[in-house]
Amino acid sequence: MKKKWNNHIRGRNPFQLLFLFLLFMLTVILAVIFCNIPEKSSVLEAGIVSMQNQSGVNSPVTAVLLNFRGYDTLLEVMVLLIAVIGVWSLTKATSFGNTADISPVQLGVVHLLTPVMCLVAAYLVWQGSHLAGGAFQGGAILGAAGVLLLVSEIPWTHAVPALVLRIGLVFGPLIFTGIALYCLWARGGLLDYPTGSAGWLILLIETTCALSIGLTLALLFAGGRPDENGSEGDIQ
Amino acid sequence: MSYSILTFFDLILVLTLLSLSWHLLNSEDIFKAVVLFISFGLLMALAWVRMRAPDVALAEAALGAGLTGPLFLAALRRMNRCHKGERRLDIDENRDGDNEKKMEQPHQRS
Repeated sequence: MKKKWNNHIRGRNPFQLLFLFLLFMLTVILAVIFCNIPEKSSVLEAGIVSMQNQSGVNSPVTAVLLNFRGYDTLLEVMVLLIAVIGVWSLTKATSFGNTADISPVQLGVVHLLTPVMCLVAAYLVWQGSHLAGGAFQGGAILGAAGVLLLVSEIPWTHAVPALVLRIGLVFGPLIFTGIALYCLWARGGLLDYPTGSAGWLILLIETTCALSIGLTLALLFAGGRPDENGSEGDIQ
Repeated sequence: MSYSILTFFDLILVLTLLSLSWHLLNSEDIFKAVVLFISFGLLMALAWVRMRAPDVALAEAALGAGLTGPLFLAALRRMNRCHKGERRLDIDENRDGDNEKKMEQPHQRS
């Protein structure tokens, strides 16, 4: 056992050992922090509860994500957009196998599942205002539906014009940024929603962002930019 | 009584997560590691539910297990093709020729 361990050590160069040591220390620090976390941080929770009725939504998680810390979510959506731009600048989309390879059972399942998945995604976005759910969860379901369509080589996914894909990708971030700038102009603070209309503004942001996030994830899976005339992709 | 059963369940969940992560990091076969990663994501979603964070659980199940897995598999497929001596640029330029080649040799694992 000891000999094996020695061989293990000897095979590594000093930088790897240093890295391992630092990683170990990080784990220890995290464990110490984890053990010292108070059971409930009363200050934060009380703050959120007291501001809940002004946030326009009933779910504390959505209130934090899209109202109190909306700037973070804006940046997250932008990160996804930049990821797609990065993938598109690297390579073109490849196709997955041939239509002849797809079994009729798979095609049937996809035809059954896709509408259900779109419905679940819409429900998750709607549910985000009072329960668990929201733009990212709904968008992920939409993205999964897109991946299913891509894997099954549904013919019309190749016929979606590239312009439509591009518009779909920036639609959510654009609406989000637009609302943020409008709030800056009207209220003097970025994402400082006008009182009373915060609820439907958040729902609008979530719906458009879910569409864009779904498209983003599906296109990340397609793995490259589409051809300019007819392309890979999907429509939600 | 139910409390103790749930604690037992949590314990098994944690042990399964740890062993899964060890196996997926240790496996030589990348395909096997990806499959283990997907199952790890699903169990992690279960763990988030147990920690009463349903939002994170939903995101983990959909993103961690549902999308990252297929993304890894697609990347693995590209890697295999690059290993066969095809440069990525070649793949991009000769998409049609590549499709014909694929028709001759049926699907590889990935």
